Amino acid sequence: MKFGVVVFPGSNCDHDAYHAATDVLGQDAAFIWHKDTSLNGADVVVLPGGFAHGDYLRTGAIARFSPIMPAILDFARGGGPVIGICNGFQVLLEAGLLPGAMLRNRDLKFHCEQVFVRVEQLDTPFTARATMGQPLKLPVAHGEGNYYAAPEVVRELEASRRVVFRYCDARGEVTDAANPNGAVNNIAGICNEARNVVGLMPHPERACEAALGSADGLVLFTSVVSALAHDGAVPTV
Amino acid sequence: MKARVFVTLKPSVFDPQGKTIADALHSLGYQGVGDVRQGKYFELELAAGSAEQARTLASEVADKVLANPVIESYRIEID
Repeated sequence: MKFGVVVFPGSNCDHDAYHAATDVLGQDAAFIWHKDTSLNGADVVVLPGGFAHGDYLRTGAIARFSPIMPAILDFARGGGPVIGICNGFQVLLEAGLLPGAMLRNRDLKFHCEQVFVRVEQLDTPFTARATMGQPLKLPVAHGEGNYYAAPEVVRELEASRRVVFRYCDARGEVTDAANPNGAVNNIAGICNEARNVVGLMPHPERACEAALGSADGLVLFTSVVSALAHDGAVPTV
Repeated sequence: MKARVFVTLKPSVFDPQGKTIADALHSLGYQGVGDVRQGKYFELELAAGSAEQARTLASEVADKVLANPVIESYRIEID
């Protein structure tokens, strides 16, 4: 199957995602320049981390108007799996594919560290192979990851089981001390109503090999490969 | 015509930068300063025939791009 990794000016985790898809997972992958208007047959779309358009105005605010975005919106609305990682998550929020917005981290510091997130939902294409409640050790690197949505939106997210990842400690306990940025309800990642679009602040693509400190992120990618194989969209791996 | 657009976080949204600035001012002895909210300021040069047209255009631009309605609100002044 083919991963499409979208590249904005200022993306800097595009090669990490490409490496995870190709060298680690043995899948096909292609970069998609933000000025392209077609996904060129990608089976899954990755919006990578970085600082698209320098994060000018707001994180993801300019990227949202890139020429590639209508194709991504069509793909997502058609049920295609889309994952937004860190800055990619911020782009999905600005584009309205996911609800909410990001605020500055509550301590105003850029957090670059390993954290744990608990897998809260298994019925998304990116978590199907994980275990419910499993803590994943993943790196974060962001200054604006303080997820915010109006209280009624947060209630709706919780009620419809759309909080996919929550910051937790190494044992999987969700505590305020384990929350690196002040995100409401320790939210690290969410999905859309149809559950095919997932956004998260931590970087699973940088945690796919033990040599990098953790291979816990791999499960997101093996999940989507097996989800697509199961749907018959691509051959089984 | 010129429009000035002031974008600020909604009152219900915590502003960690504003809070830090307020704390710094208090530690400098400015006890007369209460809450501080940080925002963004934009000057737009607009091709508009009237103040009303300019305001409509500036509002559209603010709604679509300059402000994120999830967390921010805005105010417009026209010259």
